[in-house]
Amino acid sequence: MAKYIAKRSALAVATLIAIILLLFLLLELMPGSPFNIDKVPFDTRAMIMEHYGLDRPVMERFAKYLANMLKGDFGISYSLSKKTPITALLAIRLPVSIRLGVQAVLLGTIFGLALGMAAAIWHGKAMDTIATVVSVLGVSLPSYVFALTLSYFAGFRFQLAPMLYQASSPIYSSVLPTISLSMFTIATVARFTRTELLEILGSDYMLFAESKGISGAALFFRHALRNALIPIITVLAPLIVALMTGSLVVERIFSIPGIGSLLVSAIQANDYNVIIALSFIYSAMYIFIMLVLDILYGIIDPRIRITKEGE
Amino acid sequence: MQAEFKENDFELSGKDILADHADFASEPIWKDILYRFYKRKINIVCLSVILFVIFMAIVGPYLSGRTYEAQIIEHQNLAPRVQGLEKLGIFDGSEKIHYSNGTSAKVNKYRARDDLSNVYYWFGTDVLGRDIFTRVWMGARISLYIAFVAVIIDIAFGLTYGLVSGFVGGAIDSVMQRTVEIINGIPNLIIVTLLIIALKPGLFTITLALMLTGWIGMSRIARAQALRIKEMEYLLASRSLGARAVRLIFVEILPNTIGQIITNMMFSIPNAIFTEAFLAFIGLGVPLPMASLGSLIADAFKSLTTHPYMISFPVGVLVLLMLSFNILADGLRDAFDPTMKER
Repeated sequence: MAKYIAKRSALAVATLIAIILLLFLLLELMPGSPFNIDKVPFDTRAMIMEHYGLDRPVMERFAKYLANMLKGDFGISYSLSKKTPITALLAIRLPVSIRLGVQAVLLGTIFGLALGMAAAIWHGKAMDTIATVVSVLGVSLPSYVFALTLSYFAGFRFQLAPMLYQASSPIYSSVLPTISLSMFTIATVARFTRTELLEILGSDYMLFAESKGISGAALFFRHALRNALIPIITVLAPLIVALMTGSLVVERIFSIPGIGSLLVSAIQANDYNVIIALSFIYSAMYIFIMLVLDILYGIIDPRIRITKEGE
Repeated sequence: MQAEFKENDFELSGKDILADHADFASEPIWKDILYRFYKRKINIVCLSVILFVIFMAIVGPYLSGRTYEAQIIEHQNLAPRVQGLEKLGIFDGSEKIHYSNGTSAKVNKYRARDDLSNVYYWFGTDVLGRDIFTRVWMGARISLYIAFVAVIIDIAFGLTYGLVSGFVGGAIDSVMQRTVEIINGIPNLIIVTLLIIALKPGLFTITLALMLTGWIGMSRIARAQALRIKEMEYLLASRSLGARAVRLIFVEILPNTIGQIITNMMFSIPNAIFTEAFLAFIGLGVPLPMASLGSLIADAFKSLTTHPYMISFPVGVLVLLMLSFNILADGLRDAFDPTMKER
C-alpha cells in the first residue's frame, strides 16, 4: 500500500511540475500585453517593464517565478484590479467558490441518492421514469443551460429566489447557482445508485439475507445500499471536473465573486498573471483530489493497487 | 391424484422473440444490432432530430435571404414573427416586457412602425439588428463541424494510440501510458483555455485544443480491448501464419472492438460540442461576426431579462443536439452490447 501511495504521489508531483513549466512557457508565448504597447511611449514602456522585472533573462525570471509560486506568492494583478496581490484576491474569492462547490456536492449527493433509491425501489414505475428523465437531462445538458433557465424563470419572472448573488445573504442568494451546479451530480449519483441497487437487489445474497429473516429497512440500508455505494468513487472524478468547469459559467451568470468568474474576467482582460495563478490553483486542486480518490480506491479495491504496482 | 394438463394450459414464453426469427436461420450480427437499435423508439426520434439539425445547418442560413453578419440597426430587438402563425396569435412579433417590479407590458414593434409591416424575422433579431434565424443555423454548423472533428480525432489519434500501446506492450506501452497519465492529470479545461489564449481564438485553435485532449478516453478503451484480444487464440493462429503487427492490429483486433469504439465515439461527440459551447460562453469562441451556439448564448445572455427570445433559440438547438447525441449514444451502446446496459 505504501509503495502504491508513493508511486501515485510521485506521479502527481511530476504532473504539477509539468503544469508549472507549461504555464511559464505560455506566459512567454502569449500575444498582446496588458500594457497596451502601441499607445505607450517607448520610455514609459521600458520603465514599466523594468518595474515589473520583465526585462530580465528568461531563466532568471523562471527561477524567481518557481520560487515565488512555491511560497504561495502569485504576483500582482496587471489590469483587473491594479497592483492588488493575487493572493489577496484569492483570499476573498476562493472561500466563496469552495463553499458553492461543497453546497452543490452535498445537495447533489443527497438528492441523487434519494432519487436513485426511489427509482430502484419502484423499479419500472413512474418514479423510475422520473429518475431516468432527470439523469438523462442532468448528464446531457451543460450546467449553464440550467443556470440560465433558473435565473430567468425562478429568479426574474417568478422571483422565487435572488437572481444575483449578494454578499449580505450568502446562503439564500446562492440557492439558484447551487441547484444549477448540482444537476450533473444529482444525475450521475442517481443513475449510479439505481444501477448498483438493482443489481444487488436481484442478487443471491440478498435472497439469503431475506430468508434469514432480515427485513424492511435493515435489509435495504444495511445490506443493499451499503454495498451499492462502495464503487461510487469511480464516478467521482468526472463530477469534480464538471464542478470546476461549471463554476466558471455559473459564477458568471449569477455574478458570484468566486475564482471562476475571476478567471473569466481575467481571460477577457488579458490579465496573464491572474490567469496563470488561477490555472495553477485549479490544476493543483484537481491533481490533489484525483490523488486522494486514487488512494481511496486503492484501499477499497486492492485489485487496482496490485495491478498498478505490478506495472 | 394429479390433475391432467390440457393443451392450452401452457403458453410458450418469449413468443415475440420467436416471431422475429420464425425461420430459425442464423442472422448476421449487424442485423441483430439494427433490430435492437430500431426497437427503442427514442433512438429513431433522436436520429431524426440530428438529421433535421444537419439539414437545417446546410440550408437554414439561406432560407431567410439574410446573411448572418448583416446588421440593420433600424431592425434591432425585433421579436420573432412568422407568416401564417401570426394569425394564431403566436410568433406575431409581439413580446412581453417584464419589469423588475413585477408588472409587464405587451409591445409589438412591427405594428408600431410602418416600414416593418411586411418584415418577418422568424427567430427575431439581436441587439445589432442581425437575423437570429440565420445566425442560429450558422452556429449549428460550427457545432456539427466540432462533432465531426471529435470523431476524426477519436479515430486518428485515440484508436491508433490505444491499439498500438496495448498490442505492443512492454516498455513502449509503459512510456505511452505514463504520457497519457500526465496529460490526463492536467484538467482539460486549463489546457484548452491556455492554448486558446496563447494562440488566436478561432475555429482552428479550438480544433487544435480538442486534438490535444479529446483522444484520451478512446485510447484507454482501445488499449483495454487490445490487451484483452491479444491473448486470444485466433490471434496466435494469425501470427503463426505470418501476419505482421499492422495486420494483426487493424485487421484482426480492430473489427472485434468495433461496438465499444462506435459507442465511445458517439459519447465523445456531445462532449466536444459541450467544450466548444463552454469556451464560446466564456469568450474564447469563434471571432465575431461568426456565430456559434455558445457565442450566441453568451451574447443573448446580456439581454436575458429584456428580450428572452434571443437566448431561447440557440439554447433550444443546443439542448436538442446534446440530448439527441447523448440518448443516441446510450441506445447504440445497448444495441451493441445488451449486457452493458446502464453501466
